[in-house]
Amino acid sequence: MYKWISSLTIALGFAAAMPSLAAAQEKLTVYTYESFTAEWGPGPVIEEEFEKTCGCDLEFVSVADGVALLNRVRLEGEGTEADIVLGLDTNLLHEAKETGLFVPHGIDLGNIDVPAGFNDEVFVPYDYGYFAFVYDSEAIETPPASLKELVEAGSDLKIVIQDPRTSTPGLGLLLWMKAVYGDEAADAWAKLQDKILTVTPGWSEAYGLFTNGEASMVLSYTTSPAYHIIEEGTHRHRAAAFAEGHYLQIELAARTVKARDNALATEFLSFMTGPGFQDAIPEKNWMFPAGKTSGPLHPAFEQLVKPAKTLLLPPQEVAENRKAWVDEWLSVMSR
Amino acid sequence: MAVRDEPLTRPAQTGRVAAGAAALAAIGVLLGGALLGLVQEAAHGWESAAAAFDLYLLRVARFTLWQAALSTLLSVAPAVLVARALARHPRFFGRAFILQLFAVPLALPAIVAALGVLALYGRAGYFAPVFTALAGERWQGIYGLPGILVTHVFFNLPLAVRLLLAALETVPADQWRLSAQLGMGPIASFRFIEWPVLRAALPGVAGLVFMLCATSFTIVLTLGGGPRATTLEVAIYQALRFDFDPARAIVLMLVQVALTGTVVAILSRMGASMTGDTSLPVAPRRALFPGRGETSLNAVFILAALVFVAGPMAAVVAAGLAAELLRLAGEQAVQAATATSLLLAILAASLCLILSAALVVARRALELARGAAKPSLLEMAADTGAALVLIVPPVVIGAGWFILLRHVGDVFAFAPVMVVTVNAVMAMPFAVRALRPAYDAASARHERLCAALGIAGWNRLRFVDWPAMKRPVATAFAFAMALSLGDLGVIALFGSESVQTLPFLLFQRMGSYRTDDAAGLALFLGVLCLALMFLAAHWGREGR
Repeated sequence: MYKWISSLTIALGFAAAMPSLAAAQEKLTVYTYESFTAEWGPGPVIEEEFEKTCGCDLEFVSVADGVALLNRVRLEGEGTEADIVLGLDTNLLHEAKETGLFVPHGIDLGNIDVPAGFNDEVFVPYDYGYFAFVYDSEAIETPPASLKELVEAGSDLKIVIQDPRTSTPGLGLLLWMKAVYGDEAADAWAKLQDKILTVTPGWSEAYGLFTNGEASMVLSYTTSPAYHIIEEGTHRHRAAAFAEGHYLQIELAARTVKARDNALATEFLSFMTGPGFQDAIPEKNWMFPAGKTSGPLHPAFEQLVKPAKTLLLPPQEVAENRKAWVDEWLSVMSR
Repeated sequence: MAVRDEPLTRPAQTGRVAAGAAALAAIGVLLGGALLGLVQEAAHGWESAAAAFDLYLLRVARFTLWQAALSTLLSVAPAVLVARALARHPRFFGRAFILQLFAVPLALPAIVAALGVLALYGRAGYFAPVFTALAGERWQGIYGLPGILVTHVFFNLPLAVRLLLAALETVPADQWRLSAQLGMGPIASFRFIEWPVLRAALPGVAGLVFMLCATSFTIVLTLGGGPRATTLEVAIYQALRFDFDPARAIVLMLVQVALTGTVVAILSRMGASMTGDTSLPVAPRRALFPGRGETSLNAVFILAALVFVAGPMAAVVAAGLAAELLRLAGEQAVQAATATSLLLAILAASLCLILSAALVVARRALELARGAAKPSLLEMAADTGAALVLIVPPVVIGAGWFILLRHVGDVFAFAPVMVVTVNAVMAMPFAVRALRPAYDAASARHERLCAALGIAGWNRLRFVDWPAMKRPVATAFAFAMALSLGDLGVIALFGSESVQTLPFLLFQRMGSYRTDDAAGLALFLGVLCLALMFLAAHWGREGR
């Protein structure tokens, strides 16, 4: 009952008026996205772990998603409340740097091990994943073995993808096609078109259509099957391994100008690369940890697709061409 | 002597007009503030806004208007038949339930409805084998324009039915009795009794549906089958998100407001203003004697609408029942979200009702004061001004106000306030439609009587207006609550800690593989809405 009342109080907006219990402690504010701080997300565990040692109050502030996160910080500018921004990805990196709101992390990245040897002096990776088409093994016996096979498959194979204008995975597929087909990407999209059942605004809608049986393949991550194995005990949903390799998404965090001289912020970034943080990633964020975990990952992660090759376009190239590529996609797909 | 031609004394009206002006000002502040915030942010970069006028925009604008026009036609035309059928049969088993059921789509998040529609007509839907057999090849689902239209009709047909029925119910019982005494058949009765009322209400209802369809986002993208189906709303969202180009977003929004506003204005010219019946009703109840032929035809209309609307809802229920409902109901997060949702919805509905009532009252007062002269700008604003809010995307309001408020203090504290205000204002067009016919009819009957007897202020409200308005007020309140249970787009930037409502929870679960939980929560939302409508009907009827 107390919790009910307290949530009501907060709903009324009186939260700001209540005295903070942790006022005496130093506070570290971390902006992130909503699924990170959900009950089952990694946020709550990480908060507890970090507060054990830092003698501080770690506060998560969550907005809708990674893109909203960047927009929010951009709008707040130099006056931002955030010490740390956690949840941008490689595709947003260049634009984030352009804002000038982030400062070099200054920590040792010895613990960090991500594919493609990603290294940046401002942004620290905390997890990564590969885009992949997840298929229903009861509907498809032999999935396409490459992006090319998918593009050239018969039109009875139906996939659901996300819109690159509104969604991060959607943009991921656009870049994946670009990385594989280069200047011929437009032709490839034209060939792929009759396989596309529909294009959804976000990941949730696409995955919902997939689990409802509308399409037998959906654009998601190689780690998606791990959720179904661990949480639901089913091997029905599998990711298709593509011979050309899979496009990589690395999730990143950085200190803001506000935390320029904040030792606690540096401490958090260091903590982020260690087991206290990384242990929560695989089975709560459903991504691969970028740093060391205290033990081996759940065996389900061993069964996942291991990309033959890692594809990643340089952030600057992405930032400079995104608009043109999206327009190209639009003109092909609107035919 | 025509009663309505004689202006009533001014002092009696100024209070009502002032209330309406205040309500309009409140809406103006909400929209103006958002625009101001964005303009401030867009101060640099107007050249990109000029670049917004390209072929893409032309195509998107054309598609937006085309699908909205078709959706409106397909929603409103059948709604006239269904509403009339329901009006001709005021008592039959299940009628109240049908009406309550017709309010549920309002409270369903777009994606839930889309999945419900696809569960029937999708590639893996219940009817897929039938369509496959009919077409002779594998059914590929109703993606594309048909899917968009079917889902829009699912949302808007029941809404239009309820609003048109509310208008038909303002026909005084005496007129029905007279038509029965004169032996009017269904066609004569339609022509002389129902059509005049419908004609007055249709432009407003059609305008509302048009605006809702023109600003559709999730449905258009998810069911559209590809980027051929893109609305201006999608382009605005795109401009504000990945491109982060407030100038472009403003320009696109103005295009949307201008185009949609023009259509709504044209629609409103096609209507007729109704002269209310000034005599007090003496007939105790509606005397209707539809013949056997008409009864069966009406039954077909009502049943067809019911099946069409209930089908996707049944799919939502079936999906929801597959979830672990007991565990969900026991979760602290779900209980807290239910409480938050209800609280925010009650606050939003109350605010909505106050603002809407102010507008309705002011419009009527202005109409009385002007006599037969042309309606003033203020009167027109009080009539349809509120509705324009629907064409401004929540993401724009949210971003604009975020920019303004971030200097003022803790933006988190504002998140619930934003949700309540925006939901209240977004629900106003519906509430106004529910309140206005009843209020105008009551006013036409009572205005002179009150003036003659010197009844004003509290006494008038309590003894004259309230009894006539109780039922529409209950309906408007329930509608506003149901609507407020829905959308959350406005707080994307604000942070969600303090507004973890049921739809929020639903999206959160859906976004992290927990599709069963999401289906269960959709069922909760639907049941909650149905309960609201039941209470509203009960409360509105009580003591009559």
